[in-house]
Amino acid sequence: MKIRLNIGAISEPLQSEQFKTGDWGTEWSFVDREKCTACRVCEQFCPDGCIEVKEIEGKEVAVVDHNYCKGCGVCASVCRYGAIKMELKELFKVDVC
Amino acid sequence: MKKVVRGFYSVAYAVKLCKPNIICAYPITPQTEIVENLALMYANGELENCKYITAESEFAAASILVGASAAGARTFTATCSQGLILMSEVLFNAAGMRLPIVIVNTNRALSAPLSIWNDLQDSMALRDAGIIQVYVENNQEAHDMVPQAYKIAEDKRVRLPFMICMDGYKLTHAYEPVDLLDQNVVDSFLPPYSPEVYLTTKKPVAFGCYAPPHIYMEFRVAMQRAMERAKEIMEKVFADWAEVSGRNWGGHLEVVYPDSKNFVIAMGSIVGLLRKVVEELRNEGISVGLVKLRTFRPFPVQELRKSLENAEKIIVIDRSVSFGYEGNLSIELKSALYGMSPEVISFILGLGGRDVPKDFLKELVKNAILGKEKSGFKGFKEFEEVIP
Repeated sequence: MKIRLNIGAISEPLQSEQFKTGDWGTEWSFVDREKCTACRVCEQFCPDGCIEVKEIEGKEVAVVDHNYCKGCGVCASVCRYGAIKMELKELFKVDVC
Repeated sequence: MKKVVRGFYSVAYAVKLCKPNIICAYPITPQTEIVENLALMYANGELENCKYITAESEFAAASILVGASAAGARTFTATCSQGLILMSEVLFNAAGMRLPIVIVNTNRALSAPLSIWNDLQDSMALRDAGIIQVYVENNQEAHDMVPQAYKIAEDKRVRLPFMICMDGYKLTHAYEPVDLLDQNVVDSFLPPYSPEVYLTTKKPVAFGCYAPPHIYMEFRVAMQRAMERAKEIMEKVFADWAEVSGRNWGGHLEVVYPDSKNFVIAMGSIVGLLRKVVEELRNEGISVGLVKLRTFRPFPVQELRKSLENAEKIIVIDRSVSFGYEGNLSIELKSALYGMSPEVISFILGLGGRDVPKDFLKELVKNAILGKEKSGFKGFKEFEEVIP
């Protein structure tokens, strides 16, 4: 079947949702829900807009969408409560000689 | 209405008749007078539904036109040399976004050393951008090309930027009689530009979006196909123009004395000089014809092969060079004629405005035909390289 190609790479809004960038980086960010104060700084700083403060089990916490997190680490570096850690993806946990 | 005008005015006047919506440029010799004249027309209120924007650089000028063209405006700019290569990052984008921006490039040498004079090195550097390139011989042809450029570039099957290349000074600043077009002739030939998709808040879109490896290549294939379609559409537009204006500039090529054994091929204003050279050589009994190459991109391979199928010797007049190889037109021509067996002799001359007198050119062509002249740079002084 032929694909449809928008001339000039013209794109309609929200098309970027289809581009899952979560497999780009070697690391992912993880939020420690105990330490997180839901201050929303990471939400503001995430260049991909993939952190959202949500209510989970009665507490507001930052949630990282690993479908889009590129592992840049900005969130971890701006978190004032040490609540975000970058973790190596399982795939990259290999011995390299 | 026939008037004696300078090349820049013949272009500016034609642009005005095409009713552009956005004109944006940064001054650079010898293009400046084109946009200066347009700015004057704009200030005098002669350009309706148009905005003239002054930019802080050629990069900015091209960027503004990308935005304007994407928003559905008919756009114009003129530049050359350093200005063109400063635009190049943006112009590759304009081609990829399939925006029908019309550019007049007043061919000028590239730095360094700094030169404001004419050769074709600047537009050759943009060869692979996905921009249609047509080279004109005189100011009437430059004038006539402007409405045709819009018609071709804006054709839905094409949608590519269009660059009209005219020799700096030799054409831009030369006085020539030009039959200036009537507004109603242009209006009947060139419909207003109305793209189906453009930047609007009513139906938001983005142009030239990110394409990962699984989809990038298809866009480049689409550009190549658009160029191939342009080749046919241009022939049709050229023919229509001949009917509308009464002036027939030929197709992608003009071949003079097609039955000759030897041919000279060139682009731009030097073709005018070669017409005279060819006449004189024929009067001396030498069988020589002339191929004026008008369209450089898309490159008219089949037309060239057909026109030169019986040629024994082809002399290429290049006014630019691909350092480390040879003259640019020579490279393209040899590639187009692959499998055929004419002898191709390539002369690189006239760089940076170096004068090419008629008798000098005639001797070169004659000696090449007689087998007494080899390919290479011609008309330069021998020198010894020193470090001061």
